Amino acid sequence: MNAATINFTFDGKALRARPGQTLAAALLDNGTKLVGRSFKYHRPRGILSAGVEEPNALVTVGTGGRTEPNTRATDLFVYEGLVATSQNRWPSLSSDLGSALQLVAKALPAGFYYKTFFGPPKLWLFYEKFIRRAAGLGPAPTEIDPDRYATRAAFCDVLVVGSGPAGLIAARDAVHAGKKVILVEQDAKLAPSLLRDPHEIESKPGAAWAEDVAAEIRANGGKVLTRTSASGLWDDQFICLSEKLVEPGQVPANGFTQRYWHVRAGEVVLATGVIERPLTFANNDRPGVMLSQAVRTYVNRFGVVPGQRVVVATTGDDAYLTAQALRDAGAEVVAVLDSRAAPAGQDSGFAVFNSAVPVTAKGGKNGVTALVANLGGTERTFACDLIAMSGGFTPLVHLHMQAGGKLDWDEAAQAFVPGASRWNVRTVGLAAEPAPAETVGATGVAKQAFVDFQNDVTVADLDLAWREGYRSVEHLKRYTTLGMATDQGKTGNMAALDRIARREGMTVPEAGLTTFRPPHTPVSMGALAGLATGEHAQPTRRPALYDLHAAKDPIWLNAGYWKRPRAYPVGAETLAQAGLREARAVRSSVGMCDVSTLAKFEVQGPDAVQYLERVCQTSVGKLAVGRGRYTFMAREDSLVFDDGTVWRLEENRFLLTSSTGGASRMATWLSYVRNHLCADLKVSLVCVQEHYAAIAVAGPKSSAVMAKLTGAESPRHMSVVDARIAGIPAWVMAASFSGERAFEVHFDAAHAEAVWNAIEAEGCTPYGLEAMELLRIEKGHMVVGPDIDGRLTAEELGLGKMVNKAGGWIGASTLHRPAFVDPLRKQFVGLEAIDGGSIPEGSMLVRWIGGEAEGHVTGSGLRVLEGGSIAIGHLKGGHKRHGEELYAYSPTRKQKAKVRVTSPHCYDPAGERYRD
Amino acid sequence: MSKYSALSLLRGAFNGQSHWQPAWRDPEPKTSYDVVIIGGGGHGLATAYYLAKVHGITNVAVIEKGYIGGGNVGRNTTIVRSNYRLEPLSRFYEFSLKLWEGLSDDLNYNVMFSPRGALTLGHSDADMIQLAQKGDAMAVQGIDAELLTRDQVMKIEPCLDFSRQARFPIEGAMIQWRGGTARHDAVAWGFARGADSYGVDIIQKCEVTGMVMGGNRVVGVETSRGRINAGTVAICAAGHSGHVAAMAGLKLPVESQTLQAMVTEGVKPMVQTVVMTQSLHCYISQSDKGGIVFGGDPDNWPSYAQRGQPVTMELAVQQGLALIPALSRLRMLRCWAGVTDMSFDGSPIIGTTPRDGLWINGGWCYGGFKATPGSGYLFAHSLAHQRPHAIVEPFSLDRFERGSPVDENGTGPFPNHR
Amino acid sequence: MKLIPCPHCGNRAQAEFVYERTADSVVPLDAEPDAAVAALFARANPRGVEEEIWRHTYGCGSWMLIRRDRVSHAIEWVKPLGPEALP
Repeated sequence: MNAATINFTFDGKALRARPGQTLAAALLDNGTKLVGRSFKYHRPRGILSAGVEEPNALVTVGTGGRTEPNTRATDLFVYEGLVATSQNRWPSLSSDLGSALQLVAKALPAGFYYKTFFGPPKLWLFYEKFIRRAAGLGPAPTEIDPDRYATRAAFCDVLVVGSGPAGLIAARDAVHAGKKVILVEQDAKLAPSLLRDPHEIESKPGAAWAEDVAAEIRANGGKVLTRTSASGLWDDQFICLSEKLVEPGQVPANGFTQRYWHVRAGEVVLATGVIERPLTFANNDRPGVMLSQAVRTYVNRFGVVPGQRVVVATTGDDAYLTAQALRDAGAEVVAVLDSRAAPAGQDSGFAVFNSAVPVTAKGGKNGVTALVANLGGTERTFACDLIAMSGGFTPLVHLHMQAGGKLDWDEAAQAFVPGASRWNVRTVGLAAEPAPAETVGATGVAKQAFVDFQNDVTVADLDLAWREGYRSVEHLKRYTTLGMATDQGKTGNMAALDRIARREGMTVPEAGLTTFRPPHTPVSMGALAGLATGEHAQPTRRPALYDLHAAKDPIWLNAGYWKRPRAYPVGAETLAQAGLREARAVRSSVGMCDVSTLAKFEVQGPDAVQYLERVCQTSVGKLAVGRGRYTFMAREDSLVFDDGTVWRLEENRFLLTSSTGGASRMATWLSYVRNHLCADLKVSLVCVQEHYAAIAVAGPKSSAVMAKLTGAESPRHMSVVDARIAGIPAWVMAASFSGERAFEVHFDAAHAEAVWNAIEAEGCTPYGLEAMELLRIEKGHMVVGPDIDGRLTAEELGLGKMVNKAGGWIGASTLHRPAFVDPLRKQFVGLEAIDGGSIPEGSMLVRWIGGEAEGHVTGSGLRVLEGGSIAIGHLKGGHKRHGEELYAYSPTRKQKAKVRVTSPHCYDPAGERYRD
Repeated sequence: MSKYSALSLLRGAFNGQSHWQPAWRDPEPKTSYDVVIIGGGGHGLATAYYLAKVHGITNVAVIEKGYIGGGNVGRNTTIVRSNYRLEPLSRFYEFSLKLWEGLSDDLNYNVMFSPRGALTLGHSDADMIQLAQKGDAMAVQGIDAELLTRDQVMKIEPCLDFSRQARFPIEGAMIQWRGGTARHDAVAWGFARGADSYGVDIIQKCEVTGMVMGGNRVVGVETSRGRINAGTVAICAAGHSGHVAAMAGLKLPVESQTLQAMVTEGVKPMVQTVVMTQSLHCYISQSDKGGIVFGGDPDNWPSYAQRGQPVTMELAVQQGLALIPALSRLRMLRCWAGVTDMSFDGSPIIGTTPRDGLWINGGWCYGGFKATPGSGYLFAHSLAHQRPHAIVEPFSLDRFERGSPVDENGTGPFPNHR
Repeated sequence: MKLIPCPHCGNRAQAEFVYERTADSVVPLDAEPDAAVAALFARANPRGVEEEIWRHTYGCGSWMLIRRDRVSHAIEWVKPLGPEALP
C-alpha cells in the first residue's frame, strides 16, 4: 500500500490519505471512528459500509458554491485539498447538544409527532421551526454552483450495469457478438469485488483481469465508464446515467463536474450485485459495528484494518473470509458467532460459536468495547473494538423493478431475486443468484436495535406501528420513516420485512415489499438540469429585427419565449413616459412597430375558403381578391380562443394571422382541423411565422409614407397590394390595431433591417408594446389572454354581428348549450373613470366597496391625446349595463376608481380615421 | 379510541409505548350499509368522517382495493392554499382551508398543517397584473392575499435568484400567508382514525369489481370480498374515477394522467414558504425532514402506470434551479408519480351522476390534496341531504354539457392543460 | 421513456410526440349537438387499451393513430392518419 500523501481535512483537522482511498477508508486509517450523527436522536455514528448504501457516514464536502451536503464518505475518493465536515451536530461532532434527545427518546416513538403539538396552526408553526432546525442533516447551500453539468445522449445494443466478473463477461460476450456496448461502474475502479476478494480469473490476478477485459471491450468499440451510476431505468430500456467527472466538491479542470447521460439500449444487463444485510441487535448502530464485507474491503483494498480485536457475527459462510482477512492483516479475531447450528466454518481455526447471535454492543461514541452474545442460550461478553456482521445478502433489484420487473423469493438466500422482466432487461451474477444465508431476527432490547440507521427506526418502532394498525408495508414505511432516508433503505428494508414476517408467522413475501423508485442512488439536481440553467433555463426567441432593436437599447419585454421591445425611451424617460410619447406620435403623426412575431399561415388550394370558414367564425368566401378582414376562431366548445386577420392574396391563396402567444397552439389546431376534420378538402397550409417579418406603420401620415415608399397609391382600409419597399417585395396590408389609418408590411424576414430602415427614414417613430397597448385599449381592440380569455363566446365578446350566419364553423354545434343564455355570463365592455382617478388593471368591478365582484378590468389605459383613464373589462351582463356606475376596486393595491360602463370603443367609434 | 396527547406519549415512556391501540379496526364487510364509499383515499375517508361526525350517518363502509392513503393523498406535494381567481374555486378551496386550520384538533391527530405562506412569483409586469387580479378576486371575498414587491420577496425567500440576468426575473409576488403544507399521510390516517371511532367500517384489500344495478339505480357494489348492498354509493377514487364509473356504464369528462413529484436529500431550513410561479409549472417547498419537494407538469398523456417519464421530471428540475440556483448541489433522492383525474376544465367534479343512488367526487387534476377536508365535508353534506351543497353546485358533472365549465386557465376543453 | 414507432420516421422517443386526444373524441363538423357534446366530453378512459391520436410534433409533424395499453404503455399498432400521411 502506498504512503499517505493526500492532504485533506475533517472538521478542520488536517489528515492524510493514501491514493485510491475513499474518505471513509482514510478516516478509519487515521483512527477516526465517529463520523456523523443520526437524523432523529443524534446518536453517534461511524462507518457501516464501503459503498453507496452507507446510511451513517454522511459529510458535507467542498466549500463555497461547491459545497455538497450529505455526501457518503464511502462513496467519495479523497483528493488533495478535500474539505469534509461532519453534519447535523452542534456545537461539535463529539459534543452534540442534539444528542440530549436520546435521553427523551422513550417519549418519542415512531410517529410521536402525530400525537402531540396540537393547538392553532400558528402554534404548530412555532414548534415546526425547532423541528425543522433539528432535522435536515446537512447545511442548506446558499451559493451558486460555479461548475457546469454536461449532458449526452447515446444509443447502444447492450448496456451493462456493474463491472464485477458477471458484468464484464456479459459485456465482453456482447462486443464479441458484434454488439455496441456500454458498461458502467459506479466505483472508481473496475470490479470492486475483486479488489475486496483478490483471486485469479482466467489465470490472471482478478484486478488485472478486469482491466484487460475492459481494454478488450474498448478495443472492440465498447465504452467503459467508471464513476458512473445508472440512476433510473424507464420504458423501452431508456436509462439515465450520472457520471462523476470529478469527485464531489472537487474543482474540475474543464468546468464540468458531472455528465448526465440519456441512453437508449437494445438490452440492459444488470450485474448490480448484492448488498450485505446488517444484523439487528441492541446498539448495532454504534461506531465500530460494520458490515463484514465492508471490513474486508477496508483491509484488502484500502489497506486499513478497522479494528484489532474483532468479533465476527454471521448467518452464512461469507464472513469467514472476513475473519481470515483480518487474521492475515494481524488483527485478533476474538470470536466468530455463527447463527447456524452446524456451520461449515467449524475447522477454520477460529473460535467459532454455533447457534450464536449478537445481543448488545457495548461502547459509545468512540467505538464499541464489547459485545454481549447469546451462545445457544447462554450469554457471554466478548471484549472487542470492532464487530463485523453479516446477515445475508440483498440483491440490488432496484433497476429491475423500476423496469416493471417481477420479483421471486429465494428461500435459501432469504432474498428477493429478479423474476420476469417487462422490457428487455436481464439480471446476471450475484444479483440473480445470491449466496445462501439464514435470517435470525432481532435480538437485544428492541428500542435500541436499529433497522433504519439514518432515520433511527428501531425494532420497537416497527412493532409499535404494527400494533397501531399500520400494517401494510407502505403504512409501516411512511409511519416510521423506514427507508425514507438518503440510503433509501438499502440496508434496512429487508430487516423490517423479516421482523414483520416473524411476528406474524408469515413468509417475507406475504409481509410485502415496498416499491423501488428512481433514482437508484441520489442524483445531483445540477446534473438533471444539465445546461438548461441560468439564462438558458428556457429558450429565448429573438425576432429578425432583434439586433436593430437592441441597438436602440429599448426596454425589453419577455412575451412568452420572445424578446420584444416594450418602449424606446429617449433620455431619462420612464416606461410610461416613453410609451405615451410613442402612442401620441401614432395618434398625431406616424409610428412604426415590429409585429413580426404574429402567427402567420399561408393557406392555399381550391378548397381554401371552405377550410378557412371552418376554422374562422367569420365568413371568408365573400372576400374579394386583394381584400382582408378581422376574424376570430372558436374551439369545439364554441368559446373564442384566438383572433387575427385573413387576407385573400389570390383566388385560392390566403394569409391568416393570429396572436403571437397562441402561435404554436394555432399551428397544431390548424393541422388538426386539416388532417382530422377536413381530410377531404384540397388545401394545404404552411406556418410562415418566422419566414415573414412584419412591420406596422400607423398614424394619420402613414398613408403618405407608404405611398412614397412604394411609389403607388396606398391600399384602402382592409385591402392588400403587392409592392416593393427598398427593393424588397412586400405585401402592404391596410389594417389597423391602433385605431389610426395604418398598414402592415409583410416581407421576407431576411431583409428585415433594410425595410425597417427605409420606413424609419421617412420619419416614423418606432413604438413598442407599451404604446401599442395604450392605442388598442383606447380603440377597444381585444388581445388574446386578458380579453379573449377562453371563457367567452363571440357574442359575449361583442363580435356577434360578425359571426358567419351560415354556420359551418367549428364550435357551432355546441353553442346551443343552455348555460350560454344565462344573462349573468360575462361580456366585454369599456370603462371610463368618472372622478379623475386611474383604473387599476386587473381590479374587480363592484357596485359598492365590499360588494361581490361582478367583473374585472382586463386592460387599463388612457385617452392618448386628451388624458383621462379608460379601461376595458369583463362584466356580468355587461352589454346591457352601459351607463351604469361601478367601482374598479383593487384591495391588494389599496386603489379604487369610480367608473362608468361604456362601449369598449372609446376612440373613433365610427372608424372615420381609417379613411384617407 | 385512546386520546393522543403529549401526556400520553410521556406515559408511554414508562410503559414502552405499549398502551397504544390500533388507529382503526380491520372489520369484515357487512352485507349492507347506508353509504358505501369507493376509495379509501383522503377524500373517501374525509367524506366518511364528516358523514358520521356531522350528520350522524355511521352505517358507512369505505372500500379500498389496496391500503388506505395509498393513492394520491400519499403521492402529492402537500400544498394547501385557496388562491384561485374564479369565484367558485376560491370559495370552495377557502372553505377547505378553514377546515385545515382546525383539522389537527378536530381529528386529535396532528396533520402538521403549516401555514408558512403560499408564494406565487411574478416574472413580468403582466404576471404582476395577473397576480393582482387573482389577489383582488380573493380579497373581495375576504380571502387573504398580499402583493409583495421584489424587495419584500427577497426578505422572505432569500434563496431565490434575484439577479437581473435570471431567465425568470423576479418582479414581485403574491402571497397567501394562510396557505402552506401539511403532512399528507397523516391526513388519510387522521380521517381514518376519526371515522373508525364513529363506527365507520374501513375495509382494506377489497376491490370493487362491479355495480349492482336495479333499473337506473345503483343499489350496491360487487367486491373481491362479496356483494355489499348500499343505500347510496359514492365514488371517491380520483385517478381511477373513469374506471369505476364505467362499472355503472358512465363515461366521464376525465382522462387519467401521471403527475410526478420529487424530493431531494434533506438539508437544514432553506425554503421558507411554498414557492410557485405565475409563468412556470413548478412548485417547491421544504418538508419538515428537510427535503426540498418539487412538482411539475403532468406527463400529458393518459397513463395509469404510476410511473412518470424522466424528461418531465428533468424539466421540473430545470425550472426549480432557474428559481433557486443553490439547489444545484443537492441530490434528488426520490421521484414518484400519482395517477390524476385530469378533468376538461381543470376543476373537480362533485355531485350526482345520471344513475340514481350513485354520486361522484373526482376530477381533481393537481388540486386534490388541499381540497381534502372541504371536499369530504361538502360531499358528506351533499350525500346526507341527497342534494349538492351550494358550494359544490358549480362542480356538477353535467356542467360540461350545460356549457358552464369552471376553467381557471381558460384552456379547456381538454385534459392537457398546458 | 417510451419508444413510439412513427409511421414516417421509425422508432422515436416519446418526448418528440404529443398526445392529442382519443380517436373517438373527434367531433365531426356535421355532428348533431348532442353527439358533439358527447364526443367532446365523454371519455371511456379505460384502464386498458385505447385508440389515441398522437402527433410527431417535434419530429416530422405527421399525425397517427396509436392503439396502446394505458397501464403497461405497450403499443399494439400505429397507423398514419390524415391526407398528409404518406402511403
